[in-house]
Order: sequence, then structure tokens, then C-alpha cells
Amino acid sequence: MYILYIPVNTLLKILTSANNKSLHLAAGNGLLDRRLFLQGGLALGGAPLLAATTVAATPARPDWMNRPGEPFSHYGQPSPHESEVARFASPNRVWRNNGVSWTPLHRLEGIITPNGLHYERHHNGVPQIDPDAHQLLVHGLVRQPLFVSMDNLLRYPLRSQICFVECGGNSNAGWNKTPSRAEAGYFHGLVSCSEWTGVPLSVILTEAGIDSTAQWLIADGADAFAMNISIPMAKAMDDAMLALYQNGERLRPENGYPLRLILPGWEGVLNVKWLRSLKAAAHPIMARNETARYTELLPSGKARMFTFTMEAKSLITSPSGGMVLQQGPGLYQVTGLAWSGRGRITQVEVSADGGETWAPAALQEPVLPKAFTRFRIPWQWDGAPAILQSRATDETGYVQPEREQLLAARGRHGFYHYNAIVTWSVDKAGSVSHVYAAQQEQSGADLGIDAGWD
Amino acid sequence: MLPNKSSLALISVLTLAGIDSGADPTAAGPNLGEPADRRAIDSHDRGIMPDGAGLPAGGGTAVQGKVSYDNLCLSCHGPGGLGDSGDQLAGAQMQLTDEWPEKTIGAYWPYAPTLFDFIRRAKPMAQPGSLTDSEVYALTAYLLYLNELIPEDREMNATTLPEVKMPNREGFIQVLD
Ligand code: HEC
Repeated sequence: MYILYIPVNTLLKILTSANNKSLHLAAGNGLLDRRLFLQGGLALGGAPLLAATTVAATPARPDWMNRPGEPFSHYGQPSPHESEVARFASPNRVWRNNGVSWTPLHRLEGIITPNGLHYERHHNGVPQIDPDAHQLLVHGLVRQPLFVSMDNLLRYPLRSQICFVECGGNSNAGWNKTPSRAEAGYFHGLVSCSEWTGVPLSVILTEAGIDSTAQWLIADGADAFAMNISIPMAKAMDDAMLALYQNGERLRPENGYPLRLILPGWEGVLNVKWLRSLKAAAHPIMARNETARYTELLPSGKARMFTFTMEAKSLITSPSGGMVLQQGPGLYQVTGLAWSGRGRITQVEVSADGGETWAPAALQEPVLPKAFTRFRIPWQWDGAPAILQSRATDETGYVQPEREQLLAARGRHGFYHYNAIVTWSVDKAGSVSHVYAAQQEQSGADLGIDAGWD
Repeated sequence: MLPNKSSLALISVLTLAGIDSGADPTAAGPNLGEPADRRAIDSHDRGIMPDGAGLPAGGGTAVQGKVSYDNLCLSCHGPGGLGDSGDQLAGAQMQLTDEWPEKTIGAYWPYAPTLFDFIRRAKPMAQPGSLTDSEVYALTAYLLYLNELIPEDREMNATTLPEVKMPNREGFIQVLD
């Protein structure tokens, strides 16, 4: 079952009894001032707005208080009651080691993705690498080609950065003519956000001595696909990281153990996992995954290539597709995530009337560059059908596009880099589903997209 | 200007790590990399550049490649590369500007040597790395032949492969951003 919502009746009373109710209205159809949640006077601060539907009668001394609890554990696991908070895997139908798994964004809170729920894209499975038998080779147009062992790499000064990694193919069902019915995370969840810790790539490159003619760095992974791709030297020398840790612990195997590249804000495929070598070169290698794939075909027949930056996107994670506003009309918290590969999110606006009017949401601290930003806004649902949307703006002034705008600019066969505004429709019964803002697109056969996951 | 707290912290971290934070940027790390010799590099470096640089000795034709393809590839990519659970590799009917563009090797790939690079590093899925260089040339030749880019008996090798003209060579706009 889904997370359900309990309106906060106390707050509602305060709101409705206020002399000037419009004082709190921030936009049409019940969107309220984002600061309402912060005002202590409303006694709302910590009050949970999300709760289970039926709260069983609580005995004075529940069973678990009458016997000793479980012993210590070496590595803690989530509560068995949270077993539905899981990645959703979509592997190739024959070769099950190829495909993706999605982060359940709609079941998570805050900005950090738990390590076991970080999205995955593997081309031929997860290698089980012995770190003592793994080295990084830096070669090509360098003064001194180097091998760096994992033990030695751990002795370099480390630094941490919280940033998202997003697959270029995230949200690609948005190119479909029929709106996807998948839950929010299972169609936008090829993005996750972690605190990565490692060695700035520039330190190792400087040690090897990069030749001035080397404009590119060709990275190779140690998986069965021997993933390879080209990275501009400027990015490598700027904020790229040789990541060893993820959210405080060593990388998980499915996230590149023992070593991966992190290129903050750039398309996931460039963040090479199981990193094994870096070759400084004058030109890109034109690998299969930067030519035949991860390029975006335009209506002209030409294709965009080397589209590195993940542009600003936002998504309401709650309420979102598949959820129900079970408790009927009342006050709800609309919340979601926004991120931009170009820097900080400066504004997220929310609309409850299909984009007629917009209200600024509260951005929860910390608001970090190239990281998830959590946004929240109170919404008083009057019980009538409503259309919820969110729209992100980043510090470059870039505004997340309408779907129509994106389609007009890119056509339908780009497959990658879909970042349009997401629209959730709430019906009278409180059921939330994914729709497109332009009504004429919502009927007709499911026409699919132009390519599979490869 | 007085150094602020964070730059002081940085200096002390660098000092602890035994680093001279002077002007020379090469001194930014503890320099723990170990010199790599030519042989070790060559055994690691299997990448093939789009101009063919890195292509090994050996060669093969489509006639030879068809045998390997039918044994090792057909189960996923279908007869004649028409696609199945694996990508469609040849036989595009639709143009890139049509409603259902088919991004086959012949219709979409800009460089022929990429095909050698990819097959040698990743294929076949169950035994990656198991093909000899000549088998890879032969498979490459077969896929190019299926895409009507070379005749069936033309050997692909380090000289001939980079010469294959790919129809979509100019089909890409480098955004670089
Ligand atoms: C077990 C199924 C399977 C087998 C067997 C297989 N492939 Fe593949 N192949 C795939 C899948 C799946 C992909 C897509 C991989 C990805 O993008 O992650 C693919 C992709 C490719 C591509 C890239 C296509 C494109 O347009 O990007 C080529 C070329 C290719 N395979 C060639 C071969 C050759 C040659 C063989 C035999 C030596 C072979 N494959 C055997 C499943 C298979």
C-alpha cells in the first residue's frame, strides 16, 4: 500500500478561522504560504503529515515491550515493515545482467539516497573486485605513466561532496505519447544523491603530468563490458573526483567498488564505475556509448553528442502517481526534489491548478550545488480535481521547460536528457496519476519510445 | 588579508599529509603513484581510436564472420542482425528523420573502428574478452557487410577498417557542454 495523508485538523481550524484567509494563500487552488510550516505559532513544525491509514488501537504496553529485543547486528538492515522501499529492476529480457534499477524516490525523504537504493545501470553485471588486485593506471599523454594501488589512493588527502548522479536516460518514458503509469521513482529514479568521498582527480593527473595537447581523458571500467568513455580534460581538472566512499562507507559493488569517477552534475554514464584506467588523449575515443548511444537524435536527423550536463529538473515525490489522498479534503504537504547539473537550485515553484498560478516552495537547507534540494509547500485540498506541477530554476537562471517546449526543441527521438515539468492529476477521490498537460496527447495507443534500454 | 578559518584548516590538513602547499601544483598530493612500464600499459590499453589507431594485426572477412555470428550473436541479435532481445544491428528500413528511426550501425554509427573496439571489449556477453583479434575483424566485417557498407569478401584489418565510409559520419553535433 501507499503512504497516505492525514490532514492536520488543528492547522486547518487555525487557517479557516483566520480573519483574512487570503493572507496564507500563495497561489490558486489552495497552495499556501511556504512559511506556514515554519511558523511555530501554528504548532505545525514537527507534526507528521504522512502517516499510515489505520492506526491500530495501541495497547498500554505493546508486545515488544514485554520481551527483550533483538541482539546487536554487525550491519543494520531496514525494518521488515519497510520491505516495499526497494529498487525496481528492469533488466534485459534475456540477458539479466544488462539493464537498470530505479531508486524509489517516492518512498524516500530528505536529500540523501541510502546506499542500497542508489540507482543502477549495468551493461553486463556487477563485477566482484578484489581491491588488492585492482589498480588505477594513468597513461597516454602524460609525463610519467602511473599505477596507483587502492591502498595508496586511500593515503591521499580526501575530500567529500554531496552531489547527484543521474543517468542520461532518466525519465525517458516522458518521450512516450502516453503518460507512464509507473510510480514517480520508477520512471524518474535513475537519479540518486550521495555524499561521495575521494581524491580530487586533478591531484593524480597533476602527479602524472598531463601534456598540454591532452584535451580528453579516456576512462575504462573493470566490468565485463569494459565500459569506456571520453571526458573533457577541463572537467577532469575542475571538480572531478576519484571516489572511494559513498555516504561514509566504501562504495557498494554496484556503485563501482573499489573506485569510480564522480563528475558532479554530468550525465551518469561518464561517472565510470570500477575505474581501471585513464588515458590522456588529444581526441575522444568515440566509444559506442558516446556515439551509438547516449546521443540524442533530433527531428533534423542530426544527433546531439557530448551532452554532458544534466539540466535542472524537479519532481513532486509526494503526493505522486499511485498515491491516494485518503483522508479527503484538508491540508497536505506537497514535497519533492529539484536538482541541476549547473549548480544550485534557486527556486522551485509549485502549481495546483495546472500551471495557471505558481507559488514558491520552501527550499530545505542545505541547498547545495549539483545536489538534490528538497522542497516543501503546504496545500489545502478542497476535494475537487487538481493538477499539481513543480518547476525548478537554477542559479544560471535556467528554468525547467514545459513538456511541449522540450518536444518542440528536441522532437521525440532524443531518448536521453528528458527534464520537462512533471504533471500529477488528483481526482475527486484523491487518487493521483501521471498526465500530460496537453490533453490531446492522453488518448491513443501506447506508442512506446524509439529504443530500448541500450 | 587574514586567512579565514577554512583556509587555515586546509593548510593544516596539507601539512599533516606531508604536503608542501607552495606554488608548485604537482606537489598537491603525496605522490604515491608507481611508474608504469610500456608492457604493462600496452596490455591494459586496448582502446581503438576512431582513426584506427590501436588496431592490432590480423584480419577477417564477412564470410568468416557469419560463422562466428551465427554461433555467438544470433541468439540475441537475430538472423542477419535484425534485432531480438539485443539491439538491431542492420537492415534499417526507416530513416533517421522518420517516425520510427532505426539507429543501426549503417544508419547511425559515425566510425567503423568503434565497432572493433566495442566487440573486442564487450562481446560475447557470456565470455567477454574471449574472441581473437581476427575473429573480431571477421565479426566487424560481417556486420558492415550486413549494413551494405562492404562486399562479402573484403578483408577487414588495421588498414582497411578505418577506410570504411560510414554514411552517418557527419550526423552529429558536438554540444560539449
Ligand atoms: C546474450 C545476448 C547477447 C549476445 C549473445 C550478443 N549480444 Fe550484442 N548486445 C546485447 C545487448 C543486450 C546489447 C545492448 C547492451 C547495452 O547497451 O547495454 C548489445 C549490443 C551490441 C552492439 C551495439 C549495438 C548498438 O547499436 O549500440 C553490438 C555491435 C553487438 N551487441 C554485437 C554483438 C556481437 C558481434 C555478438 C556476438 C559476438 C553479440 N553482440 C552477442 C546482447 C547480446
